[in-house]
Amino acid sequence: MKKTYRIFDIIGPRMIGPSSSHTAGAARIGLIANRLVKGDIKRAQITLYESFATTGRGHGTDRALAGGLLGFPPDDERLRDSLAYAQHSGVEITFSFSDQPAPHPNTARIFLEKRNGETLEVLGASVGGGNIEILEIDGMEVSFSCNYPTLLVFHRDVPGSIQHVSGILAESGINIAFMRVFRTARNADACMVIEMDGQPPRGLVAHILANAPEIRRACVL
Amino acid sequence: MKYEFSSGRELISICREHNIAISELMLRNEIELSEQPREAILEEMHSNLAVMRASISAGLNRKRIPRGILSGGDALKLAAFAEQSNMGAALAKVVASSMAVVETNAAMGKIVAAPTAGASGILPAVLIECGGHQRGFDDDALIRGLFTAGAVGCIIAENASIAGASGGCQAETGTAAAMAAAALAELCGAAPETVLTAAAIAIKNCLGLVCDPVAGLVECPCIKRNAIGAVNAVLSCDMALAGIESLIPFDEVVEAMQGVSHLMSKELRETAKGGLAATETGRRIAEELVSGERPARR
Repeated sequence: MKKTYRIFDIIGPRMIGPSSSHTAGAARIGLIANRLVKGDIKRAQITLYESFATTGRGHGTDRALAGGLLGFPPDDERLRDSLAYAQHSGVEITFSFSDQPAPHPNTARIFLEKRNGETLEVLGASVGGGNIEILEIDGMEVSFSCNYPTLLVFHRDVPGSIQHVSGILAESGINIAFMRVFRTARNADACMVIEMDGQPPRGLVAHILANAPEIRRACVL
Repeated sequence: MKYEFSSGRELISICREHNIAISELMLRNEIELSEQPREAILEEMHSNLAVMRASISAGLNRKRIPRGILSGGDALKLAAFAEQSNMGAALAKVVASSMAVVETNAAMGKIVAAPTAGASGILPAVLIECGGHQRGFDDDALIRGLFTAGAVGCIIAENASIAGASGGCQAETGTAAAMAAAALAELCGAAPETVLTAAAIAIKNCLGLVCDPVAGLVECPCIKRNAIGAVNAVLSCDMALAGIESLIPFDEVVEAMQGVSHLMSKELRETAKGGLAATETGRRIAEELVSGERPARR
C-alpha cells in the first residue's frame, strides 16, 4: 500500500538542524529514554552504530541524544549546547562508537543510571524524516514509534493481565489504536505496547498498577 | 474522504468541482483527516511560518553568523552584493534568504523541514522574501501558499520521493522548488492548472540532480543547491504565469522523476560515495573529519 502524506508531513517538523534522521530522530530517541525513566538521570553511556557512528558527530547526533536525555524536544535550541547543559546539571554522558552491525543504519544503545540507582537500557533507531523506532528495552525486543500517545506496561506473562489494562482503558473512554505484546518467554517478563487515539487521563498509570501484582511498571510516553 | 487526492489530475478536478484554490482544498483535506478545527490547523501553520522567518533572520545576522562545519557566512556575502547583482537585487535577496536558512540548519539552528531539512531554504525564501517582502502578500496569504506547497509535496512524496536517499537531490531541492513555484503562482492569482504547470517546470529544470554531500554533511553542495532551487522556483513560477505551458503534464513529470530515481545508482543517493563527495577534495575533507585534523563541531 502506498503511504499517504498529510500537510505537516511535508511542511514540518520544526526542528534543530542539520538532519532529520541524524539530529531530530536522535533527539527523539533520547527524549523517549528520558520519559521511560521519568528523568533524574545521573549517568548515561551511549553507543552509536553504523551511520550514527560514522557521520553522527558532524550531524550533532551526540548533542541531540544528550539533549533528548535532558528532556529537550527536537525543536529546542538548547540541543546545540546540550553537552554543556549536561555537565552543568551533573549528568555524566559518555559516548562510544561501535563497528558492529546494527538492525538499522542509524542506531543508538543507551544505558542509563538514575540518581536513585535504577537503571535502564534502550536500543533505538532513527528511521528517517525524524521518525524513530524503539527496538529493545532492558534486553526485551519491542517495537514502537511514539507517533501516538503510547502506554507501556511491563508485566509478567500471566492470563488476565491484558484484560486488566484494556478494561481500564475502556472505562476511561480511551480507544486503542494499535496494541502489541512482547515477552521474553512464557510466564516470564512481558511488555504491552499500547498506542492510543487520545491523551490518557491523569492517574491512569496509578490505576493500572493498583491491585495488579503481575505488573511491574507502567508509563505513558 | 471528500478532499482526498493522490495526483495532480485529481487535485485539479476536486478544485474545479468545489470551485476552490489548491490551498483551500489542502486545508479542508487536513480538517477532514485530523478532525481538528480550521483555526487550530492554521495556528500550527502560523507557528511554522514564524520559525521559517526566524531561520532566515538567523542566517543573515551579521552579529552572530551561523557556522556549520564547512560553511557559514555565504548568505550574508550574497545579500551584501545584492545591489550589484547581475540577476537583480530582488532575486539576489531571495537566493540569500534561501542560503541563510540552510546555513542556519548547518549550524544546528532551528528550521522547518520543507519538505526536508536539506532543502529547507527554498520555500521560506520564495514565500517570505519574494512573496511577503517584495510582493507585499500578508501572512494569511503566505499561509495559503504553504498549504498549496504542501499539496504539491504530498503528490510528489506519494508518487515519487522527497528523500535524497531514494531519489537524489531532485527529490529534495527539486520538490522544494516545485512546492515554492506552485505556492508563489497561487498567490499571484494563477488557476490550479497553472499552479501545477509552475511545479512541473521546476521539476523538469533539475531532473536527475544527484545527492552527493561532501563528508555526508548537509552543507556542500546543499547550501548552493538551495540557492539555485530558489531561482528555479521563481523562474518556473514566472514562466507559468507568462502563459508558457509544460509539454509534459505535471503527473507525468513526477512519474519521470521516480523513473530517474530508479535509474540513479546508490552512490548518487545521499551515501556520500559519488559526485562531489567522491572528488579528491571531497574525500580529503571527509578523512580530515574522521581523523580529527578538522574540527567536527565547535
